[in-house]
Amino acid sequence: MELKDALIQYSLRIADSSLILGQRMAEWCSNGPTLEEDIALSNISLDLFGQSRMLLSYAADLKGNDESEDTLAFHRNEREYFNCLITELPNGHFGDTIVRNFFFDAYCYHLYNALKESKDETLAAFGEKSLKEVTYHLRHNSEWIIRLANGTEESINKIKQSVIDIWPYTGDMFAMDEVDELLIEKSIAIDLNTIKSKWNNTIKEVFERANLEVPSIDVYMQTGSLKGIHTEHLGHMLGEMQYIPRAYPNMEW
Amino acid sequence: MTDLEKFNDKIANNIKIEPKDWMPDDYRKHLQRQMSQHAHSEIIGMQPEGNWVLRAPTMRAKVILLAKIQDEAGHGLYLYSAAETLGKSRDTYIEELQTGKAKYSSIFNYPTLSWADMGAVGWLVDGAAIVNQVSLQRTSYGPYARSMVRICKEESFHQRQGYEIIATLAKGTPKQKEMAQDALNRFWWPSIMMFGPHDADSYRSSNAMEWKIKLESNDALRQSFIDKTVPQAELLGLTIPDPDLKWNEERGSYDFGEINWEEFWNVVKGNGPCNKQRIKHHVKAHENGKWVREAANAYAKKQKEIKKAS
Repeated sequence: MELKDALIQYSLRIADSSLILGQRMAEWCSNGPTLEEDIALSNISLDLFGQSRMLLSYAADLKGNDESEDTLAFHRNEREYFNCLITELPNGHFGDTIVRNFFFDAYCYHLYNALKESKDETLAAFGEKSLKEVTYHLRHNSEWIIRLANGTEESINKIKQSVIDIWPYTGDMFAMDEVDELLIEKSIAIDLNTIKSKWNNTIKEVFERANLEVPSIDVYMQTGSLKGIHTEHLGHMLGEMQYIPRAYPNMEW
Repeated sequence: MTDLEKFNDKIANNIKIEPKDWMPDDYRKHLQRQMSQHAHSEIIGMQPEGNWVLRAPTMRAKVILLAKIQDEAGHGLYLYSAAETLGKSRDTYIEELQTGKAKYSSIFNYPTLSWADMGAVGWLVDGAAIVNQVSLQRTSYGPYARSMVRICKEESFHQRQGYEIIATLAKGTPKQKEMAQDALNRFWWPSIMMFGPHDADSYRSSNAMEWKIKLESNDALRQSFIDKTVPQAELLGLTIPDPDLKWNEERGSYDFGEINWEEFWNVVKGNGPCNKQRIKHHVKAHENGKWVREAANAYAKKQKEIKKAS
């Protein structure tokens, strides 16, 4: 594998996760539990779209030809998308969204913190910028975890179930292949094994404050995103998201 | 001087009425109704645009549209807070919206059926709203006037966003131009209906004008919107769907055709294409969020108790 191809692939993985979770968060627009929270959820969505645009553009530049952030976002199929499975999980109820995002935020927080030191300038700049945003996301969602897990009987039961339901999708975030190997060697990518223990600590810390139990690491984990093998949900998301550019090809919007 | 004389004196001298000032009951009620209706419009208005966020055709368009809707949520929040200074809670206002006691701008009871509608909504609907809101910056109630100043700044950005979408389509392929024209055809009349009934038929305007809540009449605002918008449509090469539209040299304004008031009143009364859908959506989100709000309250209460105990 060429270095350039590995870099494109690595950038797409991060960009796709931000894009797909951003799209999920946009679904909350006008559906939030309070007006204030509606605004906060849109904010998170906007941050994620911004992150995704930065790396989609980078991948497009590396690819050359006529690729752009939009060709990459709107003209790739499910099997050509490499977002972590957890990001495409449906919003469910508010607690499901909070738990899903919390697991992913904690991952991004440690990943971007490390990525700041990447030898690749764009990825380092991306880490720097995105870390600020994801720090806020992580705080926002951690606070909700603690609130919901110490709220009413209903909210406690709901959040416990969300944790059980979403946990099996956390393993996929840490999967690595030859792309990672090549880029880790060049000090461009981050060894996700080093992220995993930090991630575990963050989860433990917040769950302790929330009186929640961290599920067993022996739970069988879903995987596939590195190879573009997704849940059934992603196809529907792309069908909706890509509708206009697919229905009216070769037009400017 | 009596309270009423003091109040009238302030109005006459263009001194703003502030929350703690004495005001006539009807003045207060009029503002509660108008400001909450304004807030509700911002919130319900999120839905027709939210309808296209997930399907925006470019990343840039998606981000701009979502940011715009977020601004509207912010405007709603701001206006609810301003309306709360009149002694009624946001919860009560929202209950009035959900039970149909309070209204919101009828324009949001029309569906957004294509991407071009995002252009039409920004260009026409926000355009009409700005004409009204610019005038309201001088309204007599202080918190309302100040919220309008702030909101107008963002609204002009929204209108440009809409105009940009429609302009791109109008200059695009024949299919895109057709899409833009279709959006204009559907949104033109509802947009000019946004200014409300003719002055002669508007039973609420009279007091509001005396109190300087309202500074310009419905018809005057409508005319100023039409005069501003027609040249923009011409520039875009789009046709305003009104065969009677014609420049009147003498008046220095456009004459225009008769508004379909039967449609207007029906949409106001709840018979528009999306009235039920919009309220249902709002109620559903509110109900789905109930357990979350309860949990947050329970948590806050527990935290307070812990603090107290220590």
